[in-house]
Amino acid sequence: MAVSKVAEQTAAKVDARHRALDLTDAQALEMYWYILLSRRLDERMWILHRQHEVAFHISGIGHEGTQVGAAFALKRGYDFVHPYYRDMALSLTIGMTPRDLMLALYGKQGEPSSGARQMPAHYGSRALKIVSGSSPVATQIPQAAGIAFGIRYKGTDQVALTCFGEGSTSEGDFHEGLNWAGIYKLPVIFLCQNNQYAISVPTDKEMPVKNVADRAVAYGLPGVIVDGNDPLEVYRVMREAVARARRGEGATLVEAKTYRPVPHSSDDDDRTYRSREEVEAWKKKDPVLRMRQYLESVGLMDDAKAQEYEARAKEAVDDANQFGKNAPFPPPEAALENVWGESRK
Amino acid sequence: MPTKTFLEAIRDTLSDEMARDERVFILGEDVGKTGGVFRAPEGLQEKFGAARVIDTPLAELAIIGVAIGAAAVGLHPIAEIQFADFIFPAFDQIVSEAAKMRYRTNGAWTCPMVIRTPYGGGIHGGLYHSQSIEAYFCHAPGLKVVAPSTPADAKGLLAAAVRDPDPVLFLEHKKLYRSIKGDVPDGDFVLPIGRAEVNRVGSDVTALAYGAMLHETLAAAEELALENIEIEVVDLRTLQPLDRETILASVRKTGKVCVIHEDTKTMGLGAELAALITEEAFLDLDAPIRRVTGPDLPGIPFNEVGEHTFLPNAQKIADALRKLAAY
Repeated sequence: MAVSKVAEQTAAKVDARHRALDLTDAQALEMYWYILLSRRLDERMWILHRQHEVAFHISGIGHEGTQVGAAFALKRGYDFVHPYYRDMALSLTIGMTPRDLMLALYGKQGEPSSGARQMPAHYGSRALKIVSGSSPVATQIPQAAGIAFGIRYKGTDQVALTCFGEGSTSEGDFHEGLNWAGIYKLPVIFLCQNNQYAISVPTDKEMPVKNVADRAVAYGLPGVIVDGNDPLEVYRVMREAVARARRGEGATLVEAKTYRPVPHSSDDDDRTYRSREEVEAWKKKDPVLRMRQYLESVGLMDDAKAQEYEARAKEAVDDANQFGKNAPFPPPEAALENVWGESRK
Repeated sequence: MPTKTFLEAIRDTLSDEMARDERVFILGEDVGKTGGVFRAPEGLQEKFGAARVIDTPLAELAIIGVAIGAAAVGLHPIAEIQFADFIFPAFDQIVSEAAKMRYRTNGAWTCPMVIRTPYGGGIHGGLYHSQSIEAYFCHAPGLKVVAPSTPADAKGLLAAAVRDPDPVLFLEHKKLYRSIKGDVPDGDFVLPIGRAEVNRVGSDVTALAYGAMLHETLAAAEELALENIEIEVVDLRTLQPLDRETILASVRKTGKVCVIHEDTKTMGLGAELAALITEEAFLDLDAPIRRVTGPDLPGIPFNEVGEHTFLPNAQKIADALRKLAAY
């Protein structure tokens, strides 16, 4: 999408943070696009659930700034990603499409992550090097260390990124995975998206320290805290962590402080465990809003352009919804495939 | 054909497979510098280097989790769990992750890896160095479970496990490591996973066994031969998937079946075998299916009398087979 002449001239005058990070204007706008696209797609999924069109939705709303900032720090499609169930914006930015995600939501044939076997939001794509995870939290963390071990073994300069919530850091998998990565200085970035709640349990009942990042010292890793609703800050921190991993200097634990302004899933009611005032306060720090305000401040966005982006997002979401809704279910025999590999008799 | 112990056959096969394929590597507790507590991978770190024979932290969950990640990016890990009793912290990674990887990604991601682990009692290991774990893991479609009982089978099945496209739990009965010797074929020798073997031909009763109990069953069969009772001994070798054809063919021939395993009785492998046989060969049966197994106790006692009380042996097996033959 071309930047208007006026906007270009305005941007040139401002000390733009994205340029200091070697991001072009087009890239800064692309970041906004993925944040917005993920948000609008996610919101539609909530609506479809409330309309009884789909069985289940688990949301990434509020996390988009962290995820898009992180994705931009990777060589997308070259580096490995082992995501978790909130990583909608991350998966879209790496290359999954709204149609892919709607196929997952409806559980339809051709769904690329799992053939519609898994619940929605178990993002995966062999071609994009996104390893699809399970539902028990934190299990992907030692596996990501294993991917990084494999990268080191094969001698490429790839890195592995794995994501999880702060709730996952109470699991033994977190400890064992980070311990291993620390010992062997593996090229992996552990990105904790701290949204303050493990479903209903707040962080002060999850851990005795203030920050997840405080734990990094126990594994000999740098632990970095970043404002997760500021995609440019996340990009800056992640870029350093990725460069460090590529240089062979080992893993980094990044803690992005963010918030989930919606219930845990379509089956949750967050009114039972937190105040509306708290939720409303966080909505003022929303990453869609923040990125838009930033782009306006550097002259890259105005109302007309914002309308244009919204229209494009709506078009993509409408198309994906129709595509998912109209797709057939997998045939019954598809449930029987891919249990065993070829060599079995 | 050289004669080797069960342990030597495993060690040499590990070495052969690592020499054959650079993607194969070993990880586990104490496997490197000291060569493993049972010495199975002894000398392999010297031979192949510390990058391919890796001493890990005491973290079974991560040993398997890391192996899963490495397998996803194209390597062929051989993970050693020092004792089968210590595998349970990794149960989730094995059953819910490795076994489901192919299915949950509709074939996009796979998990070709071997998990080797010494299991079984009879070496004064008490509750936590004696367990048989197969029943837990045979209930996980996507995971193969292999339990050889001879050095030749250990070689052929371990080579097959390393080359298999799926995760394989390779159970090594620790009592066999140094007590059992046998001829082992030279060169590239690979046995198919999923095939049982009729180890001893007989016409009166079919005895289904594996691991250390195979040898106790063979001893019982020798004793009964003196009484003109001919036992057909089938070595299952692979526990998941079961070789239904070989098992059912033997059952149809003899009409009487005894399942022998060291693992506890209730919900054990014998239950599945009895169900399979009644489903598929009910009209060929001339007697109820019998099981000789460990009793339903939480563990094998350390003290000699308690251990003896727990474990099936040739005498207990012979008693059961004799009754079945007379039925």
